[in-house]
Amino acid sequence: MLELKEIYKTFNAGTINEKRALNGVSLTLADGDFVTVIGGNGAGKSTLLNAVAGVWPVDSGTISIDGIDVTRLPEHKRAQYIGRVFQDPMMGTAATMQIEENLALAARRGKPRGLKAGITASERKEYRELLKILDLGLEDRLTAKVGLLSGGQRQALTLLMASLVKPKLLLLDEHTAALDPKTAAKVLDATEKIVQRDRLTTLMITHNMRDAIAHGNRLIMMYEGRVAVDVSGEEKKNLTVEQLLSLFSQASGSDEADDKLLLG
Amino acid sequence: MDFLLSFLNSMPGAFGQGLAWGIMAIGVYITFRILDIADLTVDGSLATGGAVAALGITMGLNPWLALLMAVIAGMLAGLVTGLLHTACGIPAILSGILTQLALYSINLRIMAIGSGASTKATLALSVDKQPLLVSSRYIREMSLRNPLLLLAVLTVVVIAVLYWFFGTELGCSLRATGANPNMARAQGINTNTAKVLGLVVSNGLVALSGGLLAQYQGSSTVDMGRGAIVIGLAAVIIGEVLLGKVFVNFALKLLSAVIGSIIYYIVLQFVLRLGLESTDLKLLSAVVVALFLTIPYWKGKYFTKTARKEAARNA
Repeated sequence: MLELKEIYKTFNAGTINEKRALNGVSLTLADGDFVTVIGGNGAGKSTLLNAVAGVWPVDSGTISIDGIDVTRLPEHKRAQYIGRVFQDPMMGTAATMQIEENLALAARRGKPRGLKAGITASERKEYRELLKILDLGLEDRLTAKVGLLSGGQRQALTLLMASLVKPKLLLLDEHTAALDPKTAAKVLDATEKIVQRDRLTTLMITHNMRDAIAHGNRLIMMYEGRVAVDVSGEEKKNLTVEQLLSLFSQASGSDEADDKLLLG
Repeated sequence: MDFLLSFLNSMPGAFGQGLAWGIMAIGVYITFRILDIADLTVDGSLATGGAVAALGITMGLNPWLALLMAVIAGMLAGLVTGLLHTACGIPAILSGILTQLALYSINLRIMAIGSGASTKATLALSVDKQPLLVSSRYIREMSLRNPLLLLAVLTVVVIAVLYWFFGTELGCSLRATGANPNMARAQGINTNTAKVLGLVVSNGLVALSGGLLAQYQGSSTVDMGRGAIVIGLAAVIIGEVLLGKVFVNFALKLLSAVIGSIIYYIVLQFVLRLGLESTDLKLLSAVVVALFLTIPYWKGKYFTKTARKEAARNA
């Protein structure tokens, strides 16, 4: 479904702040794969997702989604294949617009936008039903401005928006990191529900090793802009945090099992 | 008593000017509040609207057709600013300033067309010789010729069309672009196209206002748009401060910009009668806008501080 070949990306090239964020990363996701991504700070996790989403062009390498080469496609055109939820709850929704307006915008992802009504009565009904899945009481607040919602509610709404038009690929960039543990669990639960229901091919970054092990059918760990560990199937199911740490030490050639990796 | 009488006497004029500038204020609302861009093109495109409309009318065109041409000219100005900003990567404010500056030269040329001269700074219109749509001469008349009537109808039509437009898929994509460009792109919206479209619509309205103003005051001048952005912002902000809590609906929000514009001209009439010169008005406008933008900012700062203190006390 997703194929990355030898992706390189360097930020601030030629300056003292030069940072090689992606160092020839290659990754192939099969249809329906739910891949969790872990790695220390600066390992290139978010950069990887942004490269796929097309936030900026990569230096070299190719990215294809479902056999379509999207390497040169701008962000808004790639959006027709991709649903996204960001780390910052403010980033995925328009605060000054209503809940139903945000959903209506998402319902038109990948479709031409003309002079037809921005939202229809039948859509409102549909959104009410869909919001019930989230179990946050949002179904009764369709016309409330999104800015009035809590971070958790906004993340859950963004998740719903990302899956409203079934994406070929779902990108979750630490989407529960900014939430309190209880809300994070709820949003993660909704994530699992939606991914299972639509059998979505998913890349989910997380700072939490337990979450990375508990969710998905495959786990990758990034280190210095590359995939350092790639575990799937039975091996992934039986994985423990200790095993994961030792795998990481082997891959990175050091035994300083990054504290940040554990604590996140 | 004299003061009060002459002030009341100036009210119809204030309403006329306020309404004509109100359409311009709606244009500013679109860029400043919906797209979150301070577009300085308007100082130029207002005069362009006036120049094109006046030229069309002096050349014997139907005044409605002349007004339509003015709108198209304004839209082109918005298109230039939009392309400078999106396709050339120039910051929005600078893009507007560049277009505005270029329009000064262009407006002088437009007004000279057909006159034999190469540039011309004013183009006079006369309601006796030309079929003008609005004229300040009839501002006190109780007849259909009274400009307030047509200006009010046009304002309602503009608000109705914009209300419809911003409810369409395309209009919603403009609002999303202004509210959160990251989200807009993630939902497949081309934010560059949306910004250009918003600037085109906005400057079309500003030029419409310019075309009406030229007829209303009986001339188009090259500097009629000087400081227009500040007047537009003042109108938008006055409308928000006074009516923001009551006017929640989008159409009413647009209307509040028009009402803000009328209030602005009423206040101007008042201070003019206090002995200020009309040349002092730009200073006054700048002070008003600066104050109204400062107050909410300081309020926010002050409020957070007291909230913090209170939290500390409760802890």
